[in-house]
Amino acid sequence: MENSIIKIQGLKKVYNPDTIPVFALNGINLEIEEGEFIAIVGPSGSGKSTLLNMIGGLDSPSEGSVEIGGIKIDELDSKKLIDFRLKNIGFVFQDYSLLPVLTAKENVAFVMQLQGQADQKCNKRAEELLTAVGLQERMNNRPAKLSGGQQQRVAVARALASKPKFILADEPTANLDSKSTSDLLDIMLQLNKEEKITFIFSTHDQRVIDKARRVVWVVDGKIDKDERK
Amino acid sequence: MKNVIILAWRNIWRNKKRTIITVLSVLFSVFLALIMRSLQLGTYGQMIDSSVKLSTGYMQIHEKGYWEKKSINKLVSNPQEVINTLSKKGDIEYVVPRLEVFSLAASDSLSKGVAITGVDPSQENRFNGLGDKVVQGEFLKENSEGILIAKGLSSYLKLGINDTLVMIGQGYHGINAVGKYAIEGIIKHANPKLNKMAVYMTIPVMQTFIGAPNHLSALLVTPKNPKTLEALRANLEKDLGEEFEVMTWKDMLPEVVQTIESDNMGGIIMLVILYMVVGFGIFGTVMMMTMERIKEFGVLVAVGMKKIKIELMLFFEILMMTVLGLFLGIALAFPIVFYYHKNPIKLSGDFSSSMEEMGLEAILPFALDSSSFLAQGVVILLISIFCLTYPFYTIGKLKIVKALKG
Repeated sequence: MENSIIKIQGLKKVYNPDTIPVFALNGINLEIEEGEFIAIVGPSGSGKSTLLNMIGGLDSPSEGSVEIGGIKIDELDSKKLIDFRLKNIGFVFQDYSLLPVLTAKENVAFVMQLQGQADQKCNKRAEELLTAVGLQERMNNRPAKLSGGQQQRVAVARALASKPKFILADEPTANLDSKSTSDLLDIMLQLNKEEKITFIFSTHDQRVIDKARRVVWVVDGKIDKDERK
Repeated sequence: MKNVIILAWRNIWRNKKRTIITVLSVLFSVFLALIMRSLQLGTYGQMIDSSVKLSTGYMQIHEKGYWEKKSINKLVSNPQEVINTLSKKGDIEYVVPRLEVFSLAASDSLSKGVAITGVDPSQENRFNGLGDKVVQGEFLKENSEGILIAKGLSSYLKLGINDTLVMIGQGYHGINAVGKYAIEGIIKHANPKLNKMAVYMTIPVMQTFIGAPNHLSALLVTPKNPKTLEALRANLEKDLGEEFEVMTWKDMLPEVVQTIESDNMGGIIMLVILYMVVGFGIFGTVMMMTMERIKEFGVLVAVGMKKIKIELMLFFEILMMTVLGLFLGIALAFPIVFYYHKNPIKLSGDFSSSMEEMGLEAILPFALDSSSFLAQGVVILLISIFCLTYPFYTIGKLKIVKALKG
């Protein structure tokens, strides 16, 4: 694929290699193009979160490689990897993982500040992003004052703040009710369509699977099915 | 950096109770340490001051070898030259000359060994207020031909004002030293030993008595700042040459040094125990702050925050809590230390009497010593840094995936 931003080749992750080897991933080959809205689906323990961690550079493979924008991230040392993530990858976690002492706006601006951007610029973009996810009225609230759905929207805005190449979302709707899930997916779809932002989900939520334009089924650490809608 | 500091400040107030308890533990330890230490150092200062004024002075200059045997044959033969050298030193307040010998004193039917000190009356009075101790008669004048004797000695020898005291002893280079002197005044020394054997006369009279005109046994040097004593000693040793020995009160009063050192060690052990308790308290807080935020640290590293910045944030968190406690502790202790530095606690009863008998003023002064305050800051900072080893190690070894699982 010409527009691939992620190329995964022969990816394996083995736990306890010297005793009783457990293959969390067992030879994954996958390419993801810019602007995709892709769900990685599978039952618990299938390896979908491990795959997402490998793509995000949060874990290192036992074999194979993960190439993002032409860079093999498994070859980067930990310091370069942190920098790489900061510049290229946005994360949305299942439990939102916002900093409780910062307001919604500060949480979004925080990632840009880590990039060394000026405070004024960070605040302006944070406001724009929070408006884009429908939280213009709650910018100055701390996470404790926001609902789960609102917190997850802040998390999406935070993931977008650094203008990443793609966003990894690990079961982002697992803790949300139907309305919040629907709202969140609508926002992400809109960003995907209008801004061409690539979203990669790990999920077993049928609502997410239904909205995804590509679904990759992972079973026992292998890709069982790669379905484009 | 600004954002890290803001984040650190907000983080410490995430658990207000814990932060307040930590700050209070630092506050009370600093407060107690400062009060204890100021009282201890103040008492030492007073002990040194009293001992020094009572006997040796802060520093003495003798002919080489005098102090070991206190031989009358090892006197400073050119005191004016030495005084001229000393007068050029800007860090010397004043110099007190002395000529000291032991002799036998006798009245009509009684005799006793005495310590005679030849003094410059005005300088000696300036140094130790000897004139204020006169209880009968008059203090010596520059041209006095008579003597002052201690009250205990006068009682023993049954002598009073204008009575004559005969003295006989060894003079300079083996000559006989014999003389009879009218008693001009009687002084009362608080120190019982001195009160039974002290005799004072002017230096010229003393020089005539022992046959050593223009000789002195010691020149007592009072520095402008007693803390620079060692530097002054080194300086004087260099200038005066090997012909002389320059000794500080520490060399001449080893028993005072030993008393202070042993008591000081007890005080330091108390401080170490106090700070160990506080250290464990801070360490407990740091450990909890780290353990309960492992997942958060994982998220921060995942989104692109360098580990060193997280460590810096924790450093500021601990620093803010401990420095807050430190400043509040100092703010609480300073007025008390300052007040009792200016108005020492006056002792009464048996304790007061026993101190006065030892020649010490019956007071408990507080030392207002900036180094004492600085030391608390350094100790607290070191404890904080030590406590940070745990979170630094934990963050250094942090595995993101494991951390994100909480």
